[in-house]
Amino acid sequence: MPALLELNQCTVQFGGLTAVSKLDLQVGENDLVGLIGPNGAGKTTVFNIITGVYRPTSGSIAFEGKPIAGLKPNVIAGRGVARTFQNIRLFPTLTVFDNVRAAFNLRLKHRLAHALLRIPEFYREEADVARQVRELLDIFDLGRFADLRCGNLSYGDQRRLEIVRALATKPELLLLDEPAAGMNPREKEQLMELIKFVKKKFEIAVLLVEHDMKVVMGICERVTVLDYGVKIAEGSPTQVQADPKVQEAYLGEPAKKAEERNA
Amino acid sequence: MKHRHTKQLALAGALIVAFIGSQFAGHINPYYLQVILFIGINITLATSLNLINGYTGQFSLGHAGFMAIGAYASAFLSTEKSAGVFAALGGVSAFSIFVVFAGALLAGGIAAAIAGLIVGVPSLRLKGDYLAIVTLGFGEIIRVLIQNTDAVGGPRGYSGISGYTTLFWTYAVAALTIYVILSMVDSTYGRGFLTVRDDEIAAEAVGINTTRYKVTAFVLGAFFAGVAGGLYAHTTTYINPSGFDFQLSIQIVIMVILGGMGSTVGVAFAAVLLTLLLEYLRFVAGYEWLPDLVRRIASNRMIIFSLVLIALMLLRPQGLFGALPRTGAGRVRTTPKPEPGPTINTR
Repeated sequence: MPALLELNQCTVQFGGLTAVSKLDLQVGENDLVGLIGPNGAGKTTVFNIITGVYRPTSGSIAFEGKPIAGLKPNVIAGRGVARTFQNIRLFPTLTVFDNVRAAFNLRLKHRLAHALLRIPEFYREEADVARQVRELLDIFDLGRFADLRCGNLSYGDQRRLEIVRALATKPELLLLDEPAAGMNPREKEQLMELIKFVKKKFEIAVLLVEHDMKVVMGICERVTVLDYGVKIAEGSPTQVQADPKVQEAYLGEPAKKAEERNA
Repeated sequence: MKHRHTKQLALAGALIVAFIGSQFAGHINPYYLQVILFIGINITLATSLNLINGYTGQFSLGHAGFMAIGAYASAFLSTEKSAGVFAALGGVSAFSIFVVFAGALLAGGIAAAIAGLIVGVPSLRLKGDYLAIVTLGFGEIIRVLIQNTDAVGGPRGYSGISGYTTLFWTYAVAALTIYVILSMVDSTYGRGFLTVRDDEIAAEAVGINTTRYKVTAFVLGAFFAGVAGGLYAHTTTYINPSGFDFQLSIQIVIMVILGGMGSTVGVAFAAVLLTLLLEYLRFVAGYEWLPDLVRRIASNRMIIFSLVLIALMLLRPQGLFGALPRTGAGRVRTTPKPEPGPTINTR
């Protein structure tokens, strides 16, 4: 059986800069994979080629066995890939409820006649969506904020809402871009619980970009390490942690080695 | 649900009121009647532009262009091509005029909608200021094209149009426009428009086809502008390409901003208010007891418009009826500030 998501020799170049170089990456069904690396390693670029924001310069991406490289982001979302953003991107003028409801557009029939003539099916569909939105919000304890404008939520709740909105598209794979950024230790703990819960409850795979080692090591089953767009290590969290190349990328080269080079 | 049919009832009510009102049109002073017609036309223009600029957040400055297309297309049809229809329907009667005028308005709307599609599709890659410039250029191109088309009188203008526009037509169109826009906004379409305005990248990430909504907004907005153009042409019975210039587009934009982007009721109200203000200024310019300077300022409407706009932006940037937060007034796209805690990577 092919992996759920498979990146094959993907390269992304911006002019002369190679942001991602010949990357191979697999995410299996119901996997929880971490993608880590120092600042500027190309992690977000990987997300952007998976979700169609950029097209890889070369290489191929397959989701559920079908190529998705170069498709438009909304089409890829329709195939079952949802994401959150490093800087929260909610719809600022919409309520919490409508933020989630907007994500259901994907699964709805759009007929002008429905909206204009208000036939009974229109109301049935709207009521059905409203029920699903409420259910989702309740699962994540956001139901009581449904009518608030999303900007009024606390930072952690906004993060959570973004995840809920992504789940509303009914994905097979959820991409989380630095979900712990800006969170305090307690919020981080809650986030880790939340990610585990989401994975189990919705039976989806999760690909996680994260800076925070505690979060990554705490929940990921497999970790891939990027540095300057190149994959330098892959394996279980403990294996990766022990890898000298990873330590070098994060902490710099050992003093002894530097002396040797300088001599 | 009890309130399901509120919108339809309101529409039906508006149509009935318009119909009854038009029965008394003969008793109204012709000048006042024309002002009332202009108010209705401006409501249609402003609320349809609000769909593009307010709800969808695409800053268009080409509404006068769409209006011109509708005005010329419908005037040309009702003047030059209606003889056959009248003959087929047994001469000029209330019924045959109804058919001819409805057909001409619809054709004008469709012509403008096609133009909306033509300008909408290539403009999709543009945002904000760039889109504004392109639509502005488009409006000017339309104007120059008409100026050089001899069949519709070129720079001399097009005269001899029948004065078919009535109070009923004007307000029926305005009511229909508002109904269509409000129904769309309160459906999956509305969520599409608003998410495009709020954050296009996030909209695409949740599977919203942003292209589709932008084109829909442009085509629909242009359609109603075209119909309004048709009404205008059949009100004044004479149209001139220079009447559909950049200033007119700006006037409509000001109505939208004054009413509050994304508030149909507010924009309709602002259209009434500004149309009346413009007409009143004509009188002010004629009051001899006023100082000369005041009269001269009053005779130049754009100065007053600019002053109104400046005052509004200072005192109430969200518009008279705007329910939007300041950051969301239009095309601004900002993620809310993270509340407490350490810095977060922005972008």
